[in-house]
Amino acid sequence: MSAIIDVSQLGKQYRVYRKHEGLWASVSHLFRREYSTVDAVKSISFQIQEGEIVGFLGPNGAGKTTTLKLLSGLIYPSSGTATVLGHVPWKRENAYRRNFSLVMGQKNQLWWDLPAQESFRLHQAIYKVPADVFNRRLDELTALLEVRKLIGQPVRELSLGERMRMELIASLLHNPRVLFLDEPTIGLDVVSQKRVQEFLKYYQQEERITVVLTSHYMKDVEALCKRVIIIDEGEIRHDGSLNEMVDRFSLHKVIALQFSDGEIPEDLERFGELLSVDLGVAKVKVEREQVSQILATLLDRYDIHDITVHDRPLEDVFAELFDSHRKPETEEAVV
Amino acid sequence: MIENNEPPRRQGLEQTPVSKQITTRKSALVASCEAVFSSIYISWIIFKTCVAERLVYRGDFFFSTFIRFLPIVTQIFLWHKVYSIGTSNQIDSLNGYSYEDMVTYYLLAMVARAFSSMPGLASGIGNDIRDGSIKKYVIQPIDLLGYLFWHRMAHKLVYYLIATIPFAVVFYFCRSYFPTTPSAEVWLAFVLSLLLGFLVGFLLEALIGLIGFWFLEVSSLLFIYMMFNYFLSGHMIPLDWLPGPIFHAIEYLPFKYLAYFPAAIFLEKIPPQNLWFEIGVECVWVVALLAANRIMLKRGLKRYGAYGG
Repeated sequence: MSAIIDVSQLGKQYRVYRKHEGLWASVSHLFRREYSTVDAVKSISFQIQEGEIVGFLGPNGAGKTTTLKLLSGLIYPSSGTATVLGHVPWKRENAYRRNFSLVMGQKNQLWWDLPAQESFRLHQAIYKVPADVFNRRLDELTALLEVRKLIGQPVRELSLGERMRMELIASLLHNPRVLFLDEPTIGLDVVSQKRVQEFLKYYQQEERITVVLTSHYMKDVEALCKRVIIIDEGEIRHDGSLNEMVDRFSLHKVIALQFSDGEIPEDLERFGELLSVDLGVAKVKVEREQVSQILATLLDRYDIHDITVHDRPLEDVFAELFDSHRKPETEEAVV
Repeated sequence: MIENNEPPRRQGLEQTPVSKQITTRKSALVASCEAVFSSIYISWIIFKTCVAERLVYRGDFFFSTFIRFLPIVTQIFLWHKVYSIGTSNQIDSLNGYSYEDMVTYYLLAMVARAFSSMPGLASGIGNDIRDGSIKKYVIQPIDLLGYLFWHRMAHKLVYYLIATIPFAVVFYFCRSYFPTTPSAEVWLAFVLSLLLGFLVGFLLEALIGLIGFWFLEVSSLLFIYMMFNYFLSGHMIPLDWLPGPIFHAIEYLPFKYLAYFPAAIFLEKIPPQNLWFEIGVECVWVVALLAANRIMLKRGLKRYGAYGG
């Protein structure tokens, strides 16, 4: 089976205009401008098979959105190639444009002053969806997302969560084969976030569409993606299953301890960093290889009421991962 | 104007055997009919949606339409004053225009401007480029110019719906100023020049908006355009009041189609033998401006792909 998204050595450089501080600099820059190039994406390669749901992770400015923009044909690459559904995205062919959707959590495509229904009709016309198909799909989607009663209400009167669900409907009406989601749950409350996740999961399995999503909410990724691609500073740091990633990058585990006498021994720090002491439960971060050894020592030495070992939250793993890559740069800056 | 060049999906890519060629040709005809029909359908939906949007803020819309009418009335009083300056009697004629001629010219120029003025078009395109809303025209199978065209049509029609009332009132009060009703031919040329004026106005302003792909801020450029427009279109004074050489130079610019030209047709200032030739020249302008818009849009989107996004 050939890949539905095939990206090879894709790179994108932006030319940014540099300005020094101050009025004089502003004046002199009227005549001579300094530019510098920034690598938003540096020669990345990956393949995505039909029906996969892949999460792009990375801090702000890592190149996630740039990659999605390249794949949806908004911008041209500086180097490399990519095909999606057999089309080169930045040729912007109608045959391609009818078969994918890009949803950006921070941008809306619905008409602000009109009921969502009107925007949907417009989409129907633009994407040439036959009337019967359109009605059936609209019916299904509004039922799944529980917004059927709201489609007659002007979009400006909807809550953020309701609006996001409408955006999703608008982008799925023409039954795209590939769906790009850029921060689909940004700014949503936990309930709406969960509803969107559940919907996406269900819909993706039903229709077997290919989904690429970026997010910095780990919850989205945990709920939806089996495979994650981690991008930082325009480069792919990891491409594989979520579990694999945790194994690879999570070098520590957390041991939660509850002592029988309720007191926390003072020398606990020598096993690892003491993360928190809460209601008599002490959490210690220990190196993964030493877990069994430390457990043995602890059980041997103290009277322990309860003990659990777990992985660190994904957020922490990422924070550490991105930090560790950043460090050399900051040192350079100091020197 | 909506892009529609490809055959419907179900025709597929499979090879056609010779025996099927006749049916294929027939279905190609059907397909192209379908394509035309669906592009009309899209335009209609865009049009309908825009009308609906326009009617959301009815109150504001009524109010602004009437407010925009006030300057027309004050301008008539101003000309009245101008024609009685320094004398106890009315001045008979200024540069060949009596007071009555002046009022009729002004009202007709205002009718022309009701067709050709495009408030918010260029700045709208500029804003779309700056805030990234332009993305939608890249990602979706839809043509920016076609979309904006139907959008503007909808706005104009809703505007006429309301503006006809005050226009009718003013025309009624000034009815005695008008010359005898022109011939059917002149009427036809007048209506045609109004419609073409709409196209010229749309294309000129869209062109300025598209400059936003290169310069992120178009408002000062737009201001300059408005200034030139005010003088060179005949909005302020009839163009034939200007000194001969200047008038002849302006004749070669497209601005006159925005106000002066339709009024001049109605008042039969264009020699009858030149009438259809002049309309033809305006058509050439429309085609040239359309081509310029197409090129600008194509280049602009390309540039957007390289730098923006």
